[in-house]
Amino acid sequence: MSRQHKIALGGLDLLPHISGALYVPEYETLIISDLHLEQGTSLARRGIHVPPFDTAVTLDLLESTLSTTHAKRLIFLGDSFHDAQGEERLNELHLSRLRLITNKYETLWIIGNHDPHPPQSLGGHGAETIALGPLTLRHEPAKKLKNEIEIAGHLHPGCGLSLRGRRVRGKCFIADQTRLIMPAFGAYTGGLSINSDAFKGLFDTEQTKIWMIGKSSLHRFSL
Amino acid sequence: MLGHGLANESALLISPTGGGKTLAGFLPTLVDLEAPHKNDGIHTLYISPLKALAVDIARNLEAPINEMKLPITVETRTGDTPHSRRQRQRINPPDILITTPEQMTLLIADPTAAHLMKSLNAVIIDELHSIVSSKRGVLLSLALSRLRTHAPNARFTGLSATVADPDALRAWLAPANQPPVPLVLGSAGAPPDIHILESAERVPWSGHKALYAIPEIYAEIKKAKMALVFVNTRSQAEMVFQELWNANEDHLPIALHHGSLDVSQRRKVEAAMAENKLKAVVCTSTLDLGIDWGDVDLVIHVGAPKGSSRLLQRIGRANHRLDEASNAILVPSNRFEVLECEAARAAAKENAQDTEYPLVMKLDVLAQHIMACACSGPFFADDLYNEIITAFTYRKLTRERFDQALDYVATGGYALKAYERYAKLKLDIAGKYRLAHPMLATRYKMNMGTIVADEMLKVRLASVKNRTGKRTVTGGRVLGELEEYFLSQLAIGNTFLFGGEVLKFEGLDEFGALASRAHGRDPMIPSYAGGKFPLSTYLAERVRGLLADRSKWQHLPTQVKDWLNTQSWASAIPRADQMLVETFPRADKHYMVCYPFEGRLAQQTLGMLLTRRLERWGAKPMGFVSSEYALVIWCLSDVSAMIKQGRISLAKLFDEDMLGDDLEAWLAESNLMKRSFRYCAIIAGLIERNFPGKEKTARQVTVNTDLIYDALRSHQPDHLLLRAAWDDAADGLIDIHRLAALLKRIKNQILHKALERVSPLSVPVLLEIGRESIYGEADDALLAEAADKLEAEATSLV
Repeated sequence: MSRQHKIALGGLDLLPHISGALYVPEYETLIISDLHLEQGTSLARRGIHVPPFDTAVTLDLLESTLSTTHAKRLIFLGDSFHDAQGEERLNELHLSRLRLITNKYETLWIIGNHDPHPPQSLGGHGAETIALGPLTLRHEPAKKLKNEIEIAGHLHPGCGLSLRGRRVRGKCFIADQTRLIMPAFGAYTGGLSINSDAFKGLFDTEQTKIWMIGKSSLHRFSL
Repeated sequence: MLGHGLANESALLISPTGGGKTLAGFLPTLVDLEAPHKNDGIHTLYISPLKALAVDIARNLEAPINEMKLPITVETRTGDTPHSRRQRQRINPPDILITTPEQMTLLIADPTAAHLMKSLNAVIIDELHSIVSSKRGVLLSLALSRLRTHAPNARFTGLSATVADPDALRAWLAPANQPPVPLVLGSAGAPPDIHILESAERVPWSGHKALYAIPEIYAEIKKAKMALVFVNTRSQAEMVFQELWNANEDHLPIALHHGSLDVSQRRKVEAAMAENKLKAVVCTSTLDLGIDWGDVDLVIHVGAPKGSSRLLQRIGRANHRLDEASNAILVPSNRFEVLECEAARAAAKENAQDTEYPLVMKLDVLAQHIMACACSGPFFADDLYNEIITAFTYRKLTRERFDQALDYVATGGYALKAYERYAKLKLDIAGKYRLAHPMLATRYKMNMGTIVADEMLKVRLASVKNRTGKRTVTGGRVLGELEEYFLSQLAIGNTFLFGGEVLKFEGLDEFGALASRAHGRDPMIPSYAGGKFPLSTYLAERVRGLLADRSKWQHLPTQVKDWLNTQSWASAIPRADQMLVETFPRADKHYMVCYPFEGRLAQQTLGMLLTRRLERWGAKPMGFVSSEYALVIWCLSDVSAMIKQGRISLAKLFDEDMLGDDLEAWLAESNLMKRSFRYCAIIAGLIERNFPGKEKTARQVTVNTDLIYDALRSHQPDHLLLRAAWDDAADGLIDIHRLAALLKRIKNQILHKALERVSPLSVPVLLEIGRESIYGEADDALLAEAADKLEAEATSLV
């Protein structure tokens, strides 16, 4: 049994999950970012025939993650579909699996840059931003208001470490005391290095920590 | 040769370097085109593996043509040829086109190919021996099968250096349903004159730097007219070059040549060689092939030769005249390499070659070729299949496998048939497969080829300014390229050796890496992944033979003889058909060392599989390290005792059954398989190549192949690309075939010695423990200290 990490943010203890999801016990809410459903078919339209298994793999992971928490509410942090037509390309089986989930949990879809509209044929409601207690949830990290505490996605944070001559890479959560950026959940989503320009100016480096997703557990590092 | 050419017969011409092969290949063409003629397409295609070589050959050919005022046009077509000229070549083709395998493939993918090739008379393939053993050769052989369709009467001539098995090349050149092409043997040259450097210094136990020999190498360079100093890796090249430069009291013009340096820099060195302005060039395999660059009269080979054929090829670089012996000196950089050098010297004296078989049946290459054919125009599946099986490399391709590959190209080949509506190839009313969109042809051209390099970044000279406390770095001249992997490990301010200078890393920008000149003399040394060759099977066998046969030790330096004598006293010298396994305690651990002599790749796989077994049997293995010759595993449990008590049986430990479930289980997680899969996915056109330095836009984002690999393995384990990746890994990265041969060879032939301490033979591989990919002088001092300690232990028995 690996240890349960906690991310302290806005006076709450948030529980990062090995899958890349984040559980907020206080509000019985599971937050999931960047599912990128139907990424395979999206690429296939342009002649890049990556295996059409991404939606199935992502849903497997989603279902197994949900079964390990006591969540009542589910918040998708945007880019739930890889493109605006993604929902229409879902096959019947995947559609019904998703409906089961949205029927069981109170579901909120934050819209992202890939999916500008919330899904039409699934349960739940759409939103641009959501206030969850002291937390502001949105897809893209924004210029925050004073005292605002933010959870965002969009950037697909990832990191690489050199250990004994080997390079180990993985997705990660990254947070300081006022902002947390979540890793992408989708099966084919990779990681963007937290050292890249996109992350510049978002975090107070002194306070920043990362939780890297390993094979069987999370690993916490200071920056 | 002329006879075969005039009779319009295909042939294989084998001749050592300097035999005038190239001209012999062209002679029938020149005779044929001597009279004024009408040009209606390409008459002769000349295919060379190296771009630079193609340009040189064109130059060398133009001279006699102009002199004799022959009405023959010669042009080159390489990756550097501007688009406008390629366009023109299509409308107004030259008589003779000199090109590379990749450009050849692009030509047959062009809709005008049939028209351009219709009067093709001859195809000449240079350095055939070096092409056939790679995927480039597999792709080329498919392109040739297409040429045969366009020009059924064309003859195919292969030019090759001496090889162990010419029959394979003869068959490679002929259509699969016809007899092999005839063999023409050029006259053999004078046998080479090879010495092993007799050093007054101590040959080190381990390492690859050969620093001990620098003064002696320098003395030899001074005596020679021009020397080529060959090394095996780019980091060795940097090291040796810098050390020679430090020793260069006479200010001799010594240059450096390796694949990471900027092309313009390399061309400058080649030009200076051609003008005989240099005294020596330190180089890697970049100068293995090619035409004469100046009057080289000495080849110095630093480090292990790795294979007999490679050594002969390199030695052939000295003195391109048949009647004179090439002069070469081998410089072993450690004691095992002394054995390898001696074995290679003996093999080279007999002109004995390594056997390298042509690579065949690569499914990813097949997929790429099918796409190329689709780009050239619509086709019937039956026709294409019948054409492809005329290629030697695909003569055993079943229709079922071909259909799978075709299905893969069209829709990805997934059991779900999810992508039918996004198909790249569609059946038209006539029943022909047709490209679904012209854009696909453009993308094919951007991504074709079989060479997948690790991602490289340009290194530029940076100027750093501090203005009002703000540090700005701007990039200047391009110095060359380095693996992204290596650069990602550097922190700003770290120093490394590159292009013979110590550079300071200044950071990355959108174009690549920035570095400034540093003044320190103790750089971190770049650890390039590229340029490592495995010890050839043939040479390995000879090394084992040399070790086992005391009568041959007389050629070895005294210190190496003493080392082996101590070994035979302290432990044992195995017979040539045996494998020695030693177990001994050291500090708080227990070591097991075995000596397969099968090269690092196969032995690493062995190490991986043995540790899984030892773990299961309770030996608590902690890690392993392999050299080219030996493998060491260290454990917490007393392995000697466990063997004695029968808790570990060495026969069972090394049983061939490890290649079953254990291998399967390990490979599932192995990064090597993922790397192998990435290469196949790129060659087969599943994902697009990354173009380094080019910022990816959202539309270009490629999916991480590791993630695709995982999804495929769990959902469609029999997919074409997984099969291709496994096949490649078994040949290359994990070298299963060689490992399997080893396990078979040592069955009932394991010689075990339970020792009380480190054995002399094990010292070199023990010193490899803890050597990481980056090491500087401080680490070396530690290693030297550790080395001396180990040596004292090993010799205290005497």
